[in-house]
Amino acid sequence: MAKSLGPVKRKFSPWTDPSAVPFIRFENITKRFGDFTAVDNLTLDIYEREFFSLLGPSGCGKTTLMRMLAGFEEPTEGRILLQGKDISGVPPYRRPTNMMFQSYALFPHMTVEKNIAFGLEQDNLPKGEIATRVEEMLKLVKLERFAKRKPNQLSGGQRQRVALARSLAKRPKVLLLDEPLGALDKKLREETQFELMDIQTELGLTFLIVTHDQEEAMTVSDRIAVMDKGIIMQVATPAEIYEAPNSRYVADFIGDINILEGTIAATASALGAPGAVRIDCDGIAVSVEQECQAVKGDKVAFAIRPEKVRISPDQPADTSANAVYGEVWDIGYLGDFSVFLVKLADGRIVRAAQANVSRLVDRPITFGDMVWLTWPVDAGLVLTR
Amino acid sequence: MRSSRFDATVLTLGFAFLYIPIIILVVYSFNASKLVTVWGGFSLQWYKTMWSNQGLMDAAWVTARVGIISATIGTVLGTLAALSLVRFVRFPGRTLFSGMIYAPLVMPEVITGLSMLLLFVAVGIDRGFWTVIIAHTTFTMCYVAIVVQSRLLTFDRSLEEAALDLGCPPVRTFFKITLPLIFPAVIAGWMLAFTLSLDDLVIASFTTGPGATTLPIKIYSQVRLGVTPEINAICTILIGLVTIGVIIASISTKRTEMRRIRDEHAALRGTT
Repeated sequence: MAKSLGPVKRKFSPWTDPSAVPFIRFENITKRFGDFTAVDNLTLDIYEREFFSLLGPSGCGKTTLMRMLAGFEEPTEGRILLQGKDISGVPPYRRPTNMMFQSYALFPHMTVEKNIAFGLEQDNLPKGEIATRVEEMLKLVKLERFAKRKPNQLSGGQRQRVALARSLAKRPKVLLLDEPLGALDKKLREETQFELMDIQTELGLTFLIVTHDQEEAMTVSDRIAVMDKGIIMQVATPAEIYEAPNSRYVADFIGDINILEGTIAATASALGAPGAVRIDCDGIAVSVEQECQAVKGDKVAFAIRPEKVRISPDQPADTSANAVYGEVWDIGYLGDFSVFLVKLADGRIVRAAQANVSRLVDRPITFGDMVWLTWPVDAGLVLTR
Repeated sequence: MRSSRFDATVLTLGFAFLYIPIIILVVYSFNASKLVTVWGGFSLQWYKTMWSNQGLMDAAWVTARVGIISATIGTVLGTLAALSLVRFVRFPGRTLFSGMIYAPLVMPEVITGLSMLLLFVAVGIDRGFWTVIIAHTTFTMCYVAIVVQSRLLTFDRSLEEAALDLGCPPVRTFFKITLPLIFPAVIAGWMLAFTLSLDDLVIASFTTGPGATTLPIKIYSQVRLGVTPEINAICTILIGLVTIGVIIASISTKRTEMRRIRDEHAALRGTT
């Protein structure tokens, strides 16, 4: 009998369920500002209670997409459905979404309390109920003592919390967060990320966050949409985005990666092993275990994360493993990790990261050493886009 | 340090040039003699006779009413003009309109006055109290528009978006968020408009009619008959009022600024 391990965290993945109805649907959305196309024929489904991130460099259209959901911009083409209803033409003050602004946009002439109560007052709720809700919100963001303060009497972190409380006070169906933690320092940002996740789970709301910070997106999201130039490059869970990026762009945008350009030398059928591919990367033969649509002769890229590359001064005994030989060109010491830049005979650089598990200050491998880099067949992947 | 002595001299001369005429005017308002140029001892008699000079008092009352009414209408119109110039970024003829708002500022007053006069004659409006108000409103609203416009340019639009997002319709957003935040600029615009109206002789003399003599017109016409120390007295009072206004305005700006700095320091320390 297997022993119970206690409550298991429910696996949340409505996007894998074909019968699930999306909560928000962007349907063939295009947005043009004059000649500039900010969002280009984009279709995206977001599910209820999801913590969804739009990730991309500035100018990729992520903020425009969010502003269209909030009602500040109207799509040039396409429509947005919220719970199956087309919300085109509904002004922002009648949409069941609330937004937390990048600049926080706290009303400087109102106290913290009044700021949080503002949205509730618009709904003409009874005074007593407004007071209880404001108190609830202040407690949620731990600002009870600051109720009577004006925004300019608060620190950056406190203002961020007021903005969050204000946008949550109306219990919106969707909370939109525009670069919500951009103005905070690193330590505070990390703390707040976890608080945001707790609040989202506690209130059971759908969160849509816009960010250019990939670590932030990885930490908080159920799913991430990586955007570039108005289109979505990939929508997937943080782990999938990191371990199985679908293109050179996504692979390069998220984390650190080695990309070697090459051509398909042999595919599964020729090799006789299911899901195996052999790539010729300008003289380096690489075997990858991956289902792949590419055929022999296709231009592809081989990508591998530095932490999946093993570095060793000795030649590997197993000759079937992928291996390259080179000279240690540079070492980056990051505290928890060291990154070795290894220069191959033809000048290409391959990065390998190694966890610093022991407290040795003198590294066994140092500048100018000749080393072997090896990786198993399932560590890297073939990128066709 | 010769240059600093040079600076001091220039400064003294400059200030002397600006203020000696005013000082002379104030000093002679306390003159016991009826002759404006001969000092005959200290006296407050001109302040007393000034109060009983019905013509002067009527003119002062007309000026006050013209100033308040035209400044108020001018402020409303000027604020609306500023809003449309800053907010509705692309409407046909915007460049022309925004250029035109500056025109009355550089237009010689004689021309403004004359064109107003011609307009009133052409339309057939009897000149008097209300024509002065219309004329003053037209030229003061430009100043208000410029003052309010400069405030709106630095206004964070996301504040209004936040209000809309929280369910507040546009008109209510204007009164609950935008107006309270630009209010200091609106008040400054009003004060500027009021002062300009108070001060104006040229436009008023073109557009006024019987029974609507403003103080500057009255003073000017009396001076032509010979300056009496009563004029000095009423001018001294005007100077006093303006000075008090300026001092109050600068103290209140300084206070707000100091409070803001204190608040920010408190916030940075993170004290409760």
